[in-house]
Amino acid sequence: MSNIPDTLLYTSSHEWVEVLSDGTARVGITDHAQELLGDMVYVEVPEVGDEVKSGEECAVVESVKAASDVYSPISGVVVAVNENLAENPGLVNGDPYSDGWIMRIKIADEGELEELFDAESYQDVINEDDH
Amino acid sequence: MPFIPHTEQDVAEMLDAIGVDSIEALFDEIPAELRVKGVLNIPDGMNEMAVARLMRERAAGDATGLNFIGAGAYEHHIPQAVWDITTRGEFYSAYTPYQAEASQGTLQVLYEYQTMIASLNGLDVSNASLYDGASALAEAVLMAVRAHRKSKSKRILMPSTVHPAYRAVVQAVVKNQGIEIVELPFCAETGATLVAELKQYEGQDITALVIPQPNFFGVLEDVDGLTDWAATNNAIAIAVVNPLSLALLKAPGQWGQSGVDIACGEGQPLGIPLTSGGPYLGFICCKQQHVRQLPGRIIGRTVDLDGKPGFALTLQAREQHIRRSKATSNICTNQGLMVTAATIFMSLMGAEGLERAAAQSISNTQLLADKLCAINGVERVFTGVNFHEVALRLPQPVDAVLAALADKGIYGGCALASYYPGLSDCITVCATETKSGADLAAYATALNEVLAA
Amino acid sequence: MSKLIFEQSRPNRTAGAQLAKAVAVTGIPAALRRTTRPLLPEVSELQVVRHYTRLSQKNFSIDTQFYPLGSCTMKYNPRVCNAVALQPGFAGRHPYAPDSSGQGLLASLFDLQQLLKEVTGMKEVSLTPAAGAQGEFAGVAMIRAYHDSRNDTARSEIIVPDAAHGTNPATAVMCGYKVKEIPTKGDGDIDIDALKAAVGPQTAGIMLTNPSTVGVFERNIKQIAKIVHDAGGLLYYDGANLNAILGKVRPGDMGFDVIHMNLHKTFSTPHGGGGPGAGPVGVSERLVPFLPIPMVTKEGDNYRWLSEQDRPQSIGRLSAFNGNIGVLIRAYVYALMLGREGMERVAEYATLNANYLAAELRRVGFELAYPERRATHEFIVTLKKEAKQFNATAMDFAKRLLDYGFHAPTTYFPLLVPECLLIEPTETESKDVLDGFVAALAMIRAEAEQNVDELKGAPYTLPSRRLDDVRAARELDLTWKGETTAS
Repeated sequence: MSNIPDTLLYTSSHEWVEVLSDGTARVGITDHAQELLGDMVYVEVPEVGDEVKSGEECAVVESVKAASDVYSPISGVVVAVNENLAENPGLVNGDPYSDGWIMRIKIADEGELEELFDAESYQDVINEDDH
Repeated sequence: MPFIPHTEQDVAEMLDAIGVDSIEALFDEIPAELRVKGVLNIPDGMNEMAVARLMRERAAGDATGLNFIGAGAYEHHIPQAVWDITTRGEFYSAYTPYQAEASQGTLQVLYEYQTMIASLNGLDVSNASLYDGASALAEAVLMAVRAHRKSKSKRILMPSTVHPAYRAVVQAVVKNQGIEIVELPFCAETGATLVAELKQYEGQDITALVIPQPNFFGVLEDVDGLTDWAATNNAIAIAVVNPLSLALLKAPGQWGQSGVDIACGEGQPLGIPLTSGGPYLGFICCKQQHVRQLPGRIIGRTVDLDGKPGFALTLQAREQHIRRSKATSNICTNQGLMVTAATIFMSLMGAEGLERAAAQSISNTQLLADKLCAINGVERVFTGVNFHEVALRLPQPVDAVLAALADKGIYGGCALASYYPGLSDCITVCATETKSGADLAAYATALNEVLAA
Repeated sequence: MSKLIFEQSRPNRTAGAQLAKAVAVTGIPAALRRTTRPLLPEVSELQVVRHYTRLSQKNFSIDTQFYPLGSCTMKYNPRVCNAVALQPGFAGRHPYAPDSSGQGLLASLFDLQQLLKEVTGMKEVSLTPAAGAQGEFAGVAMIRAYHDSRNDTARSEIIVPDAAHGTNPATAVMCGYKVKEIPTKGDGDIDIDALKAAVGPQTAGIMLTNPSTVGVFERNIKQIAKIVHDAGGLLYYDGANLNAILGKVRPGDMGFDVIHMNLHKTFSTPHGGGGPGAGPVGVSERLVPFLPIPMVTKEGDNYRWLSEQDRPQSIGRLSAFNGNIGVLIRAYVYALMLGREGMERVAEYATLNANYLAAELRRVGFELAYPERRATHEFIVTLKKEAKQFNATAMDFAKRLLDYGFHAPTTYFPLLVPECLLIEPTETESKDVLDGFVAALAMIRAEAEQNVDELKGAPYTLPSRRLDDVRAARELDLTWKGETTAS
C-alpha cells in the first residue's frame, strides 16, 4: 500500500499538490507513481520563471526503464525548483512528499484547486488503475 | 538449401509437433487473394564458387586508378590487424548489447571509443556513434535546438564552407521541424568564413553557429574567433571536424575562451575503407552539461552484483524504444562494427601515429599543389592556410580535364562547380600519406599531358 | 572487465610498423595547433591484437551462440558476403570517383534495386538509407512531400498502433507530425473500429508492421488499407518483419505505398554489435518522384548515379555520400546465393522454426501470448504466470538463459504483453538447437520453482554478473579519466 497523506491534493496522473500559506503550491509525484517507475535516475525540472498550465507537461522523471512526463496540476509561474534532485534524483523515491518535491508554483487560479482529488478520491483512482 | 539445415526427417517431426501436415499450412492466416501468384522474377540461386567469381570480376574493373580526391572521405593506411580483428565473428555477428553480461566485449570497445574520441575533441562525453558525418551534423543541430532552452528562434548559422553534402543532409533532416538554416558567405580571397560577416546577426536570437575545421576547401577557419562570437551572442557552438586533423589541430573543446558545446564529424579517416561512401561512422561529443540531449547509444561503466566493474548501455530513457514520440532521435543503433575498427585503429596508431599520418598528408598535399601549380594556368584559389586538401583553379573545363585524367588512371579531385557556381573552374585535391613521390609526379605528368593535348 | 587499453599504455611505446615517416608540419599558426596530446594508448601491435581479441571473446554472437532476439532476425551471416565486400575494387573506391570507375559496383546495386522491387512488389527502390530508422525517416518524409506537393497541407497526424516499434512515433515527430496511437485487440489484430474513429482529413498516413510486432499476421490488412486510403492517407510498411513473408506475400500487394527493408535482418548482413545496417525504401507509383537520392540508373550499357538534377522533387540526401554501400554489397551477394527458391524458403523455414518452438514451449508448460494464432517468424511467450507464482520475471529467465549458453530473446517488448519474451529463431537454426533451447527454458522454470533467489542472481558463468543499471545512469562514467581499476 502506498502512502497518501490526507493533507495534500492529487491528480489522476499521480502528481500531488501542497498549498502553502503564501499563495504558492509545492508539486511532486506521488508515492504510488515512484513505486511504478522504480529507481529514479534523473529529474528534468522546469526553469524558475517558466509559466506552466494545468494539465500540461512541466517536468520529466526518468528511471532506468521508463521516462514519464509530469503534468502540472495547476497553472501559474514556477517560483522555485528542487535543485537537490540534480545530484540526488533518488529523493523522489525515498521521500516523494517532502525532500522529493519537484517545483513550487505561484498559483494563478485558486479555482483550479477544486478540480483536484483529496486523498480518499485519489485512493479510488489507484484502485481503479490496478483493476 | 543454402543456410537451412533441416533434413526431411526434421521437417516431418517438426510439422508433427505443430500438428499440421505441411509448411504451407503455416501460412493459412494470410488472405489467399494477397498471396504471391506464380513465381517471382528472380534468378536461380548461385553457389558460393559462382557468386565469388562473378563478384571478383565485377570488383576487378573498379577503382583501378590513383586517388587524389578527398572531399570528406580520405584514403589512409589501414593496418591489417584492424579488419582482421573487427571481422571476428564475435564482433561481426553480435547485436546491440542489450544483454550487457553477454556483450562485455562490444561494450568495453565502445567505452574505450567514447574515451578516445572525446579526448581527441577535448570534450567531456561522446556517444557510441551515429551513421556518418553528415547525419551527425544534422543530429548536432537538432541537439542544439533542444539544449538551448532560452532560444526560441531555431535559427542556425551555417558557413557555406561546410561540406555541401552535409548542408544538404541537414536541410533534408530538419526542414520539417521549423528550423531555419542561414548560410554564411566565405571570403573569396582566403576561402575562410569571415567573422566580420557575423556582425549583422549580433543582438538577434541565434540558436547555434556551426564551425567547420578544416573547411570543405581544406582551409583552416578562425575557430577561436567564431567560437567566441557564439559565446558572446548566446549561441551554441557546433564544431564539425576531421578527427585525424585533431592529432595536430587544437581540439574543439579548447577553441576560444570556453570551447564549443558540441563537436561532430566523420570518423572514416580512422581506419574505415572508402567503399564508395559507406558504411562510415559519425561521431558526436559534447560538454557534460548537454549529455542528456545526446542522441543515440551511450555506454557507461558501472558495477555488477559482486561489485566488479563492468559496462552497460545507459541513459536509455532518452531513446526511442522507451521515450517513443518524445525521444531525442529516432536512431536505434550506432555503427558498432565501424566503431570497433576505429577503436582498434586509434589504439594501433596512438597519438604519434595519427600525428605522423596527418603531417605526411599535409606535406604531400603541399608538394602536390606546388607541382601542379608549376603547370601553366593552374593556380591556388585561396590564400588561407590549408590542412591536407587544397582548391586549385584549372585553365580548361574541369569535367573534361577530370575525365581525361581518369582515362590515364588518375582520379584527380572533386569538381566544385555543382556546389559553388562561382568556382566552376576549380577542384579540390588531396594527397594523403598513402601517396609516394612517384604518385605525385604521375599526377603532375598526367595533368601536363591533358592540358597540353 | 579486462584492463582498459589505456591501462596497458607505457610512455613512448608504439606499434612501430604502422608509423608514417616523420615530417615537420609547416605553415599552421601556433594558435590553431594542439598543445596537449589526446588520451590514446601507447601500446604495441601485439598488445592491441591480444586485447581486442580477448574482448571479442566476451561477446555472445551468432557465430558462437543461438541468438533468438525477437524482431532482430539474427540469422547466419555468410562469410563470403564479407570477403566480397572487402575486395580492393569495392572497398578502395572513393565515393566521388567517376562513375566509369565503379561500373561493377553500380551494376550490382542496380540489380539489387531490381531484386528488392520484385520481392516487395513496389514500383521503385532507393538503397541509400543507412539504417532502418533512416529508412523510416525517408518514408515518412516522402509521405509529407507527397501531401505537400498536392497542397494538401492540413494532414498533421500519423497513426501508429500501440504495439509499434518506438522508432515509428519518434520518426513521425522528426517529420513534423503528431502521433495518434490506436489499440491492438486481444487477438493481436488492429482494432478496426478504433482505426475508423481515428482517420480523417488530418490523417497523413499510418505506420504498420506486418506481421505485426506481436508476431502475428494482420489479417485485415486490405480493409485497413482501404480505410486509410479512403481518408486520403498513405500506408507505411515497417519492414522489420519481412523475413516472415519473403516470397509469400508482398507489401505492395497488401496496399502499402512506402516501405523500408532492414537488409541487416532479412538479407543477413552483419549486425556488427549494433550497426551498420541498411534500410532501403521502396514506393508505389505516386511516391517515385520523392525517393531519396542517390539511386542507380542504367543507360544503355552504362550505370550512373541519379542526383538532384534528375530528381528535383526528391526529399534529398540522408548521408554525405551514397549510403552504406559495403552493407548493400553483402546483401546482394546473399540474395544471389538464395535465388528465387531460396528466397521463398527463408519465410517457410523461419515460420516452421518459430511454430515448432512455440508448440514445444507450450508443451512444456509455457503460456503463449496469442495461443489461438499461428506464429509467424516469431512469437511471444508471456511469463506473467511465473511472475505471480514464483516471483520470477522475464528478466530473470533472460539472464539465466545466458548461463545455459543461449542469448536471451527480446524482453519487455512489445510493452503491451506483460513479462514477455519475443522469440525469433530464424531459418538457419537446426531442430537440435531449438530442442536444446526448449530444454533450457524448462529447466529454468524448474529452478524458479525451487529457488527463485538463486535464479535472481543469474548469470553466474559470464564475464559479468548482473550490472547495476541504476548506478550507471545516476553516476555517469562515460569516459576513462585516468584512474586505474582492479582487473
